[in-house]
Formats: sequence, structure tokens, C-alpha cells
Amino acid sequence: MVKFNRFTLSNGLRVIVHEDITTPMAVLNILYDVGARDEDPKQTGFAHLFEHLMFGGSVNIPNYDEPLQRVGGENNAFTSNDITNYYITLPAVNIETAFWLESDRMLSLAFSEKSLEVQRNVVIEEFKQRYLNQPYGDVWLNLRPLAYKAHPYRWATIGKEISHIEDARIGDVKAFFAKHYNPQNAIMVVGGDVTTAQVKKLAEKWFGPIPAGNKYNRDLPQEPEQLAARRQTVTAKVPLNALYIAFHMPARNDEHYHAVDLLSDLLSRGNSSRLYRTLVKDKQLFSEIHAYTTESLDAGVFVVDGKPVAGVSIETAEAAIWEELDKLKNEPVGIDELTKVKNKTESTMAFSEMSLLDKAMNLAYFELLGDAELFNLEAAQYLAITPLQIQHQSQDIFKKENSSTLVYLAE
Amino acid sequence: MLDRTFTPEFKAIDRINLITPGHIKLDNDCNLFWFNSGEQELVRIEMVFTNLRFNPEKPLLNVAVNTMLNDGTNSLTAAQIADKVDYYGAFLQVDYGFDHSQVTLYCLNKHLKNTLPVIKDVITDSIFPEKELATFIRNQQQKLQVSLQKNDFVARRTFNKAVFGNTMYGLSPDAADYAKIERADLLQHFKQMYQPGNCTLIVAGKIDDDILKLITHSFGKDWNNTDVPDISQPAFTPSAQLYNYVEKPGALQSAIRLGTATINRTHPDFPALQVVNTILGGYFGSRLMANIREDKGYTYGIGSGMSSMLYSGALFIATEVGADVTGAAMKEIEKEVNILKTELISADELSLVKNYMLGSLLGSLENVLSHADKFKNVYFSGLDFDYYDRYTEIIRSITAQDVLRLSNEYLTFDQFYKVIVGKV
Repeated sequence: MVKFNRFTLSNGLRVIVHEDITTPMAVLNILYDVGARDEDPKQTGFAHLFEHLMFGGSVNIPNYDEPLQRVGGENNAFTSNDITNYYITLPAVNIETAFWLESDRMLSLAFSEKSLEVQRNVVIEEFKQRYLNQPYGDVWLNLRPLAYKAHPYRWATIGKEISHIEDARIGDVKAFFAKHYNPQNAIMVVGGDVTTAQVKKLAEKWFGPIPAGNKYNRDLPQEPEQLAARRQTVTAKVPLNALYIAFHMPARNDEHYHAVDLLSDLLSRGNSSRLYRTLVKDKQLFSEIHAYTTESLDAGVFVVDGKPVAGVSIETAEAAIWEELDKLKNEPVGIDELTKVKNKTESTMAFSEMSLLDKAMNLAYFELLGDAELFNLEAAQYLAITPLQIQHQSQDIFKKENSSTLVYLAE
Repeated sequence: MLDRTFTPEFKAIDRINLITPGHIKLDNDCNLFWFNSGEQELVRIEMVFTNLRFNPEKPLLNVAVNTMLNDGTNSLTAAQIADKVDYYGAFLQVDYGFDHSQVTLYCLNKHLKNTLPVIKDVITDSIFPEKELATFIRNQQQKLQVSLQKNDFVARRTFNKAVFGNTMYGLSPDAADYAKIERADLLQHFKQMYQPGNCTLIVAGKIDDDILKLITHSFGKDWNNTDVPDISQPAFTPSAQLYNYVEKPGALQSAIRLGTATINRTHPDFPALQVVNTILGGYFGSRLMANIREDKGYTYGIGSGMSSMLYSGALFIATEVGADVTGAAMKEIEKEVNILKTELISADELSLVKNYMLGSLLGSLENVLSHADKFKNVYFSGLDFDYYDRYTEIIRSITAQDVLRLSNEYLTFDQFYKVIVGKV
């Protein structure tokens, strides 16, 4: 149970306070409701490049990092297909510095040409390091456009191609800022050794004067139902063959999401999970295998991926995965097995409540989903899932015509 | 009108409060430390064992024994172990390190009585079945094949091997080393190493008398020492070759790793050298990041770090840079190391680094688990919590002259091992 208080400033900024006096630290987390899905198809990777530019100085503060480090603070950020999230941790006595820094860059950036030029290079190196210069690094660059034909989830957060990043201009940066980076599109969570009254005062002081800006109305092309199986084979400089199967699945806010999430746990969480037990240990067909969901705000994908043991054909490996998926469709999961994944979820949540930053990020994310209180109701939603729901979701999702199969063959 | 150009007032960190652990020595000589704090009804139990003497002929014994601990005992198969641990929502983790290897259990208190017997069984009665060993060997060999195509992985192991030679610190196995692991050796190694006298138990979480009793009963009884394990280690024979280039035709980036063996935490200069390391590459605003990422845009990230082991320490710089700027990046790194040795750091930069390091120490004490981690850092170096008082005192009092002196004493670029994996 994570307690919090909530208020909204007149410019639309939503603020959540989580008082936690067991720590001498504080966290200030700001979630901007913008991700790679909001990009122009001709300028992909922009939300993420923009995140880098948020550290290139703001209108009144030439250097973001230095003053924060001077008060003993640290910060970072990440961009996903759905959101961009910035966070600061620092000694709670110095919390005002976090308000000062974050409010100034919400007010306006410095829009420095030098910063844009350098960060374009940095992001291009990131593109190479994480996606191109690694075995299997480009999986999502291939899998997304295979699974999505209309929705902007068809490109990765890093972008479709390096040229999109090279082509970014300062005018684009200014337009993106005006469109997405204003109080109405943000959720701020302040947690740690702070009081709600103190946060209210500081929020009014530093964020209150920022103009509300325009509300961004999201209107994205939705993915039409997939009607036929898709398949792509890539020959790549990789040491082992690999197999990826993506299935369309419900969105994060869908009533069926929790059942599907447990489904991925049944298949691949822990050494007792079905795919590991059967395909790695018993049948010895794979050296590793995983199942997971993208947990996306619009309809996401459920992915099963694995590396077959040398000598095992892709056909055999693939058939073995389908055999396991068919079992879930044909037979209800036993109560003990379902209890197992529920227990695992319960303890994961308990351990994650030990981290102040995790709590702050979760409160922001659930507020975006509709209500921060959903964070506290999450456990009950998992506990309520029945074997029948699991079976129905399996039947809905694990269909050939709903699948996109990507095969990597070692050169 | 609000003036946004001034930094709000701030305070320096004056004190770090660490939780003092409870301590008992069990009848079988196993030392137990516990840290009680927090709201959540959960515990983390770590069982830390000192590694046996490294055998260059059988370099993977320690790794294989540790990794295969959950692969079966006389009374439980690997599948049954997994079922029990997972059913109770617990996490059983095995990790091997340079000096120690450990078994960790994360568990809600309400399930502890059901999971402890499994862990007890694993550390006292593992049997390393032949079939599981064959699976382990094959899967590890496949994983290694993938890792060997990652430039940063190759750079790290090439560097360690050069600096520490054929020891646990320089471990750099190939597929053939996996193939020669034999069950009889594993059983022998296990029996020697996983004895109570060679074990330190570190428990953190919400621990009342009942939980403590559960743990002491579980590990204090029916687990005895059979003999004295050999935990001495062979001396290092570092490579004579400082420059190591592994060419990867067609690489888009080169992984660079540079550095040297150096003092460890037990040396009085260690905290001060950490200040030097932080200035150079230990935080986002460091000189290496400011120059090579934020000014030149050669890389997504560059950093330097220090590691402290029982018999040595290491100081290293690591990055992955565009293949076309590999040479330029090397020159800039050399330049930054030399500036530390020739120019006095400004008062402004030094005070920033000091505040950053103290804030970072405070921030690293997030919950009761982190207090236990801090304890492990000093305890396994033969030190105690006084270390952190010295550490904070040294960070507060270090001068620009000290930084210059230490840089000259410990950083000699010409004597650094230099590893490049990619293209020059």
C-alpha cells in the first residue's frame, strides 16, 4: 500500500506527493505524456533525441547537470514508445534545487545548436551501440514493422533509421517542445522525506507561473486486426539461429491485460515455468527461451523468443513452442500453477515497494493510466484471475493468423 | 517576479547513519549478521562463501558449482527445487564473484518456513546430476558464442586476463574449458567450499525473534564442517603485453578498455583515489563524459571505475566509440589523464565532486537491503563501519594538491593496459 496526496495546479500540472520519512532522500519524477508513437513517420526517433536535448540547458540555466551534482543529486531519463520519464534523486534537504531545474526546462529550453549537433552524434552512437553493433541488436527494428502495419508502434524508440536523426533541425525541436512539453501533458511525483504542504508551496512557486500551453490531442492510426500469419527470415552475422514470435494482445488498460501478463509468467517466469521446463530442460530443444509482453498503452504484442540448440531445426523448434501454446488453449491451468504465478507477482510488488524511485515512477505511470490509486489495486486484479480467463486469452492470442514470426539464421 | 537564474540554497551532507547489524556465531562457526528495518514483511538471505584456490587446469569449477547449485540434491530434482521456490513466490539466485560466491533467497516472511528447507538442502546436499551438467555445458557454450560477438564483453575479458593473468580475476574461458568440467570434480569442490565455517550469512529485512530463530535453527543444525578448505590464491602473472588489439572487420564501433591493477579498499589512499576516479570518469559530469560525449559526441557513454578485490584492485576506463574516431578517442582519454597530473583542479569542480559523492553515498542507502550491501563492502575487505567515517572525512578534506599528488602516484597512462576490440 503506497499512500499519496494529489493536487492539480491551475495550469493543469498534476502533482502527486508520497511522504516517506524512512529515507533522508527525495525523488522528483516527471512523466511527459509523449513517446515514439507520437512521432511523424518521417521523423522517427525524435522523442528520444528530444529527451537528450532536455539536458542541453534551459532558458535560465545553462547547464542542467552541474547544479544538481553540486547538491548531491543524480538524474536520468528514459523514452519508450508511450512515455518520456525524467527523474532526480537527491538529499531531501536540497529538494528545491530539483524544482528549480525541472520547472525551468518545462518553461523553455535554451535550444542550443551546439547541443543539437552533439546529441545527434551521441544518439547515432547509441543507435550503433545498442541496435547495430550487437548480435540480435536489430531484432526490434525488424519485428515491429512485421507486427504493425498502421500503428506507430511499427518503429522503435531509437527510430527507423539513422538518417531520421541526422536530419533533425532546431525548428523541429522547438515545435516538438511546444506541442508536448507543457504542464497539461505532464505528471509530477515528489516522494521521500517531504511533506505535502512543502511540495504544494514549491510547486506553486516554481511550476505555477508556467503557461498551460496547448493540450495535445492524440489521434493515432489504430492497428487493424491481423488476418494472416506473417513471416520474415533474416540471415545475419549472429552465432546462433534465433526465433521470435509476436502476437497482438490487449492494451495496458484493457480488462484482460492482467490475465495475459500472468500468461507470460506461466510460460517463462522462473525455472519452473512451462517453456523453460519443457523446451530447455526436458526436450533440450532450446538453450534459452523467454515470453514477455510489451505492456503498451495501445494494443501491444506478446513475444515468445528463443535460441534453438545447435542441430535443432527452426521447424522443430517452432513446432515445440506451438505445442506448449496449444496446451494453454486446450487445457485450463491448474490451481497450484496459477497460485504460483500470483504468489510471484505478490512478492515482486512487495520488493518493489522498497524502492522510493520505483514507487514514484509507478505512481506517475498509474496516474497516466487514469488514477494513481490503481497502483494499489493492481495486486487484487492479479489475484482475481481464474483458469478460465487464462484459457480464453490463450485462445484469443495464440492463433497462427495473429502471429508474426521472425527467424534469424546464422550466416 | 521569480528569479530563476539563482540556484536555491542548499546544504552539504553532514552525516551518514548506518544500521548496525546484529551478530552471532552459530555452533558450526557460520557467522550470521542481520539487519532489521523496514515496513515490508520480507527478507533477503545471503549465504556468502569464500572461493577455493583457483586451479588454472580447471578454471570453471567455481563457476559451475555455484551456477548448478539449484540443479538437484539427493532428495530434490532441479524441477522440484524450482517448483518449491516459485510456488512460494520466492527468488533463489546464485552468483559467483572474484573472491566469493553466494546463494541468495528473496522471500516474503510468511513463506520462509517453506523455502528455508530447500535452500538448506541446496547448500548441504547438491549432487550435480550428469544430465544437468550436460545441459549446463551446452547452454553455457551457446551463451559464450553470443557474448564473444559483443565487443565490450571481449574487451573486458581481454583486459582482465592481461592484468591478472591466469587467475579467477583474469578468468577468460573458452568452449573447451566448459567441455572438460567433470561431475566428480564438482562434487569434490562443493564438499570443500560449501561448509559452514566458510560461510557468512547476511540477512536483511523485517526480522523479529521468530524469523531469526527460524534461520538459526535451519543453518545452525545438521550442517557441520568436514575439513578446512583451501582458500589461498595463486599470485598473479600479468601479461608483458600492454597493448591488445582484437580486430573486428566491419565493426561500427570499437570497445576500448584501459587501466591498471591498483590498491584495494584496505589501502589508506583508496577513498581519495575514488575522488580522483570520480573526477575523471565516475559520474555524468566527469571530464571524460564532458569531453568525449558531451563535447565531441564520439560515444553514447564513457566512464571510469575502480574495483576492490581481496588481493588487488583495478582502475579502468571503458567506452564504445564510433570506429572512425577510435584513435581520436584514445588521444582524448590520454589527454584527460595527463591533465589530472599536471593541472590543479579548480575549487569549484572539486567542491562539486565532493558534494556529489556524499549525496551519492546517502542516496545509495535506500533501504535495509542497501545497508547490508554497504556492510558487505567493508566486512569482506576485513574492515568495519569506521571505514565510512574515514571515507566521508577524506572526501570532505581532500585538497586540489592531494588530487594532483594521487594522480601522479597512481595514474601512468604509458603503463596502462590498453585493449581495443573493433577497428583502429
